[in-house]
Amino acid sequence: MRTLRWLVGLIFIGAFMYWNFFIYTGSIYFKLINVILFSTLFVLYRVIVGPTAADRIVAVDILGVLIIGLLALLGLYYQQSFFMDIGLIWALLSFIASLAFAKILEGRSLDD
Amino acid sequence: MIREILGMVFILIGITFDFLGVLGLVRLPDVYNRLQAATKCVTFGSAGILFGVFLQQGFNNFGFKVLVGILFIFLTSPVAAHTIARAAHRSGIKLTAETVVDQYQEDHELKD
Amino acid sequence: MTITKRSRIIVFSLSFLVWVALTSISDWQEVILGLIVALVVSLLAGQFLITTEKSKHPVRRLFLAIIYFFKFLWEMIKANLHVAYIVINPALPIRPGIVKIKTNLTKDSALTVLTNSITLTPGTLTVDINPESREIYIHCIEVTSTDVGENTREIGGRFEGLIAEVFE
Repeated sequence: MRTLRWLVGLIFIGAFMYWNFFIYTGSIYFKLINVILFSTLFVLYRVIVGPTAADRIVAVDILGVLIIGLLALLGLYYQQSFFMDIGLIWALLSFIASLAFAKILEGRSLDD
Repeated sequence: MIREILGMVFILIGITFDFLGVLGLVRLPDVYNRLQAATKCVTFGSAGILFGVFLQQGFNNFGFKVLVGILFIFLTSPVAAHTIARAAHRSGIKLTAETVVDQYQEDHELKD
Repeated sequence: MTITKRSRIIVFSLSFLVWVALTSISDWQEVILGLIVALVVSLLAGQFLITTEKSKHPVRRLFLAIIYFFKFLWEMIKANLHVAYIVINPALPIRPGIVKIKTNLTKDSALTVLTNSITLTPGTLTVDINPESREIYIHCIEVTSTDVGENTREIGGRFEGLIAEVFE
């Protein structure tokens, strides 16, 4: 069962990679950005399916770190540094949000 | 020239580890193992992407913002992982059935 | 000069340097605004950076910190290859569990660096810390033994000596 799921996943990822690197005709930066967007698909799967609340918090926390890399690549393509400002602030807010969610999950109030 | 190639190599390594970390988030069985894979790989991957962007940009405005981003990821990501893991354990989320030992649970049962 | 005053001065100069690096100054008004912002930051939050005296010489600590950084980087690369191997393996070879290790560090900054390093290195994740009995609870992705002494040597021993030299 586990091996079967692994094979299905391999075919899915392989099909995406083949499309991305051999059929899609964009800049190399957009090909790389597509890979990050494809991985956010998996993160969103964990946000939607995740059996417990902690799984969803982990997924949202990881999404914040992925977005920094995506915004840095976008800024590199357009040669604009303000993308990185957005990335830094996004990371800061998602860090604080994870801490707050974790405190609520633990059953404490937000003051202590 | 050599700087652009080296930067692209770092960006490729970073994206590979980002993708593998997100795969771990989907494949591994419980929230603690998911945190392990996601935190390690996504932190390293995003830092790799940012370092590659820094190598391509050099010491200008964008480069400094990217360096601040690397420092920020390395400081905040482990703290968020630690907080989420502790909150998950205290709110009673079970470890997976393959777990060998749980000395945290044992010690807390002794105290109660 | 008291510790609080020295801490505030260091925070002031650091935040002004970050301001200069991030804004790429083109005008004298930006310099003045940066000085005001750095002053406000150092008055509000300056006392938290340095809270205790360190015992070792600063140059020696800087040198050891650089050695520690490269050691940590090497451990981190190994950690990522290990996790990548587990994730792409169809059989998913894991033996998870939470184990306990002991530590000799006392200062808050040293403990923070130790737990963050443990989180980012192979197969380990800090779950909780008990400051009174100086025990750290660690989630391992592959448990090798349940003995406290052996785990302390294997997980904490890699970094603890260097961290004690730098941060204590």
